[in-house]
Amino acid sequence: MGNFDKKIAKFIEIFIDQNGYVKVLEGLQNTLLIAILGLIIGTVIGTLIATVRVVPKYKTLPKVLNAICSVYVGFFRGTPMTVQLLLFYYVLLPLMGVRISGVNVSILVFSLNSGAYISEIMRGGIQSVDGGQMEAGRAVGLSFGVTMMKIVIPQAVKNIMPTMGNEFIALIKETSVVSFVGAADLYVAFNYIGSNSYEFMVPYLVMAIIYIALVMLITLGIKLMERRLAKSDRRN
Amino acid sequence: MIDVIDLRKSFGTNDVLRGINITINKGDIVCVIGPSGCGKSTFLRCLNCMEDPTGGSIIFGGVDIADMKVDINVHRRKMGMVFQQFNLFNNKTVIENIMLSPVYCAMEDRRKAQRKNTLNKIKNLFAKEKAEMLPLRPKAEIKTEARDRAMALLRRIGLEDKADVYPSTLSGGQKQRIAIVRALAMNPDVILFDEPTSALDPEMVGEVLDLMKALADEGMTMVIVTHEMGFAREVANRVIFIDEGKILEEAAPAEFFGNPKNPRLKEFLSKVL
Repeated sequence: MGNFDKKIAKFIEIFIDQNGYVKVLEGLQNTLLIAILGLIIGTVIGTLIATVRVVPKYKTLPKVLNAICSVYVGFFRGTPMTVQLLLFYYVLLPLMGVRISGVNVSILVFSLNSGAYISEIMRGGIQSVDGGQMEAGRAVGLSFGVTMMKIVIPQAVKNIMPTMGNEFIALIKETSVVSFVGAADLYVAFNYIGSNSYEFMVPYLVMAIIYIALVMLITLGIKLMERRLAKSDRRN
Repeated sequence: MIDVIDLRKSFGTNDVLRGINITINKGDIVCVIGPSGCGKSTFLRCLNCMEDPTGGSIIFGGVDIADMKVDINVHRRKMGMVFQQFNLFNNKTVIENIMLSPVYCAMEDRRKAQRKNTLNKIKNLFAKEKAEMLPLRPKAEIKTEARDRAMALLRRIGLEDKADVYPSTLSGGQKQRIAIVRALAMNPDVILFDEPTSALDPEMVGEVLDLMKALADEGMTMVIVTHEMGFAREVANRVIFIDEGKILEEAAPAEFFGNPKNPRLKEFLSKVL
């Protein structure tokens, strides 16, 4: 452990004097951008898919939509995130003639991927809401979609908050693979510091601490949100 | 008001309703009784197409609402429904529960009028005869009016102090009375009651039945699936007995309970009375 001080000194030198912190901040920004946008867009996609999957299916259109959604969910749950990133960056988008940066591809893939997972989470949430709620909405003359949006989904969201927290945490951590398509995330930043000093121990340790701190922040945020959403089941 | 013609409903191979014919007139209070599993709840739920009928027609306001092409939501607004399990919206306060649909419907009408006005504006650019613009009610007015009406209804059942609480804080009887008021807020032509007192504690049955009685006295048309024979005898002007998916007897309450003709009804009454 004698040279641990030296390692820390070296890390600090690169981190501060050689603008390592700029890279780290950039990496942090990209990590958060990809995870947060991925979660938000994924939630929208997931809610739409979940709604399609619970629509009564005696007409053709819902059946077709449902089939498309199952293929979509099957693909994104059936392949690793890394494979999806590579596939989009090197195969699909070039074939379509689209050129976008690694960060944007990552946001796209993370949104689509989390959309697939969240659709199943949301479906579970929707099914956990008593069927009488939908019936009551329909009975006062609201359409399926309006009842879903105003009555069922708000209650479903409350039920799935803990699972959604899990999903967000998983997304944050999975951003560590976006360097495969050249997006500069936290891993890239600390790898840069490590390579420049031939010394990886401290950078990677700090990286781990930053991830843990992020996750703890999210956990706290979710707890606060759950408390807010619980106001309708508190007795007063 | 409602003409039910040869109504049929099957779940898979299970034929629950096998041809029901009945006419419900304005001001009628029809109680539906029968053994459990006889299809009386299914019959009621078919009336507003909560269950889509497999066959037959339901003529309501001159339209066959059993037809899948009809926009059922519009017709349901004139057909209130009260459930056994109350089904108040858990994520809304009591007053929001009552206001939700009236406000939504008024806003929807407003959007439609707005769209028509825009269309007319474009037409007026070219046409000689100027089309008149539809009046648009201010959004705030729609909301205040719905709130006032909801408060008036809550006052009527003595629960105005519960306006801003969530349903989870209420007793069963309070929930059910609010559910009835929620149906009333739409100014329905008829209210369907699906065993409204079956999930209540015994001491709360009275308050709900009293409210229903008051509605009956005001001339509201009601169809009530119930196990409360005393209530049926006192309030209904017609009682029907359903078994095995058919109406086996239909009579005024005095006749129905005093001099039942159908053997199955006789057997049923001997068990429950």
